[in-house]
Amino acid sequence: MRLFEYESRQVLAREGVPLSEHGFARSEQEAREIAERIGRPVVVKSQVLTGGRMKAGGVKFADTPEEAAAHARAILQLEIGGHMPRGVLVDSRAPIAQEYYAGVIYDGVRKRPTFVFSDMGGIDIEEVAETHPERIGRGHFSMLLPFMDFRAKDVLASIGVTGRDLNRLTPILSRLARLFVKYDMTLAEINPLAKLEDGSFVAVDAHMDMENEARPRQRALLEDLGVGEDETREAREPTRFEIEGERVDSVDHRGVAGNVTEFDGNLGLVIGAGGGSLTLFDAVRRHGGHPANYCEIGGNPSVSKAANLTKLVLSKPGVEKIAVMMSIVSNTRVDIVARGVIKACLELGHDPAEKIAIFRIPGAWEEEGFKILERYGVEYADRSVSMHEAARRAVEKVSGDGAGPTPSPAEDPGAGAPPTEDPPERLAGSGERIEG
Amino acid sequence: MATATSVPGMLIDADTTFIVQGITGREAVNLTRECLDYGSKIVGGVTPGRRGREVHGVPVYDSVAQVTAEHRVDGAVVTVPPTFCKDAVLEAVYAGVKLVVVVTERIPRGDVVQMIEAADAEGARIIGPNCLGIIRPGVAKMGGIGGPARDAAKAYAPGSVGVMSRSGGMTTEISSTLTAAGLGVSTAVSIGGDAIIGSSYAELMPLFEADEQTEAIVVYSEPGGRMEAELARWVSDHSSRLPIIAFMAGRFMDEMPGMSFGHAGTIVEGRADTAAEKIVRLEEAGIRVAQEIAEIPDLVRERLGTAPGAAS
Repeated sequence: MRLFEYESRQVLAREGVPLSEHGFARSEQEAREIAERIGRPVVVKSQVLTGGRMKAGGVKFADTPEEAAAHARAILQLEIGGHMPRGVLVDSRAPIAQEYYAGVIYDGVRKRPTFVFSDMGGIDIEEVAETHPERIGRGHFSMLLPFMDFRAKDVLASIGVTGRDLNRLTPILSRLARLFVKYDMTLAEINPLAKLEDGSFVAVDAHMDMENEARPRQRALLEDLGVGEDETREAREPTRFEIEGERVDSVDHRGVAGNVTEFDGNLGLVIGAGGGSLTLFDAVRRHGGHPANYCEIGGNPSVSKAANLTKLVLSKPGVEKIAVMMSIVSNTRVDIVARGVIKACLELGHDPAEKIAIFRIPGAWEEEGFKILERYGVEYADRSVSMHEAARRAVEKVSGDGAGPTPSPAEDPGAGAPPTEDPPERLAGSGERIEG
Repeated sequence: MATATSVPGMLIDADTTFIVQGITGREAVNLTRECLDYGSKIVGGVTPGRRGREVHGVPVYDSVAQVTAEHRVDGAVVTVPPTFCKDAVLEAVYAGVKLVVVVTERIPRGDVVQMIEAADAEGARIIGPNCLGIIRPGVAKMGGIGGPARDAAKAYAPGSVGVMSRSGGMTTEISSTLTAAGLGVSTAVSIGGDAIIGSSYAELMPLFEADEQTEAIVVYSEPGGRMEAELARWVSDHSSRLPIIAFMAGRFMDEMPGMSFGHAGTIVEGRADTAAEKIVRLEEAGIRVAQEIAEIPDLVRERLGTAPGAAS
């Protein structure tokens, strides 16, 4: 979960990292008051959870409080990358002698936290890494042992920082490491960390990401920062469809209907679970299909959860048919998902055989599931039909020119059949039916 | 009497003894049943405060040390809730357990790093977190991988291909495809879907390399992280006898930086994390990247130099 710059600065302040004089404003008037208090030229910065503020006109310089107020007015109304700002940060513009970069991240290969420090601050650190790798110092540190300041000192010294600078920077970098651990950050970055003309150091911009999984145990900090429990802080704001998807998941604790994400295609997807959904979404696109949504169902959902998710997807404007597909399941029951998706179709007044382009979920309780699908004439497939082949068949059904709402019996003799009572015996073995 | 524990060459074998931590939880009860039915040796379970109970005939203890005092314990499957998971893993590691499979998901990264650091110091190996475990088809399984014994037998036939996957479900899908094609599986490892995991592809490669049964490797990968780049580097640095086929899911995520789908570890944070970049890296190292799961058996045979249709 990404923190706003003004929140990241609060975290730095409470851990004793020096900051440039600043204030957070939600209005033009507040911005003017902060600029007056600072009493020198300021910079007004949009508080949005996205990069590229400068380019988008979200960062402006002001010499007077009036100018700061005018900039604040403009920036507060400026949408950047689909986000409206939370407010503006009014920051003093002190004369800077040199800019540094200081960061702490996890190194996923070494599986330890690591420092990243450079005397080329103020620009994208990935760019520095490519063009001037020798100007970046790195160093891992233990998370089992208490943090030792010499780890920070070593990183600084490795790129030639010495003298008074070394002794002033060591505690700053050490504090950054400690807060990274203490607050479950996955990124704690000060860029730039500025050396002022008087030789002191201050953080001029900060970026922090906190691990979502750690939110419960970081509740005290989040409360202090005023972060609401319902703030997702995703890369983009959730849509109405996505919020409804979350509701479907949360009202029933049985199973998971996660990561419901809206796209603008015509093929609704009821897919699962983690890796299966990634594979199937790609498969639909690979065969020229246009998914209306992404989702991950699994963990043995109830009939009602499967039904409610299916209803949500079917009700989305533009959705012609749905494809119900998963990789082989062992925990989730095929028959329960089958019941759920058929229930959803019937309750919305649709013929399941027409609305469900394909049902491909092999695994636990598949024989029972396939019997139910057979009864309603829904095309289904077991593990002998690959995930990509299932996706291809689904795509074929929605993109056929002028196919309309009626199924094409010529193409699939089973699909249009009326519901029957008797479950066919031949399914008992493996169900090798359904070669479309 | 307790004797020295060891991890066999290919993680588990018929003699591997293990415990289930959090054994009285709903999922753990199922997992215990499945593993026992498959022939695995579970010598005890741990749930603090539940000493004296039994789960499918497996005695429950209050602590790992109580089990190790009575039995040789080669491994542990950890299924406790995220809040208590770090302590459970540390308990196993410091009790001398050398193989810890962490099933639990949603564990904060800081906790995972601490577990791994402790395991490194004690000479233990962690698989996971957020994984389904390990299976040696026809021999033993450790974790929920493949589901009930009957289902696991259907998807996993003993064979020649090692499988490593960041997705538990896709481990079974791929293995089932290999089984249906007559190639079968030597050992399959669900390595976990988190950004930081105990054992990456590259770290498990030497084990497969030394395993006589394994003739080829299939890996399932996703966007996010540097694990595929690490594998590519490992392959370039070592003259491996094993051909590797990879499958990359989540290609659509390249267009959606900053968002995470499927597993916690999938977020694209930099250029090197994208599916497209990973595919380039893997292919540069001579690892063939399949477009579809169904192509994998033929690609394996092609690389093994055996004619399509010839069962191993």
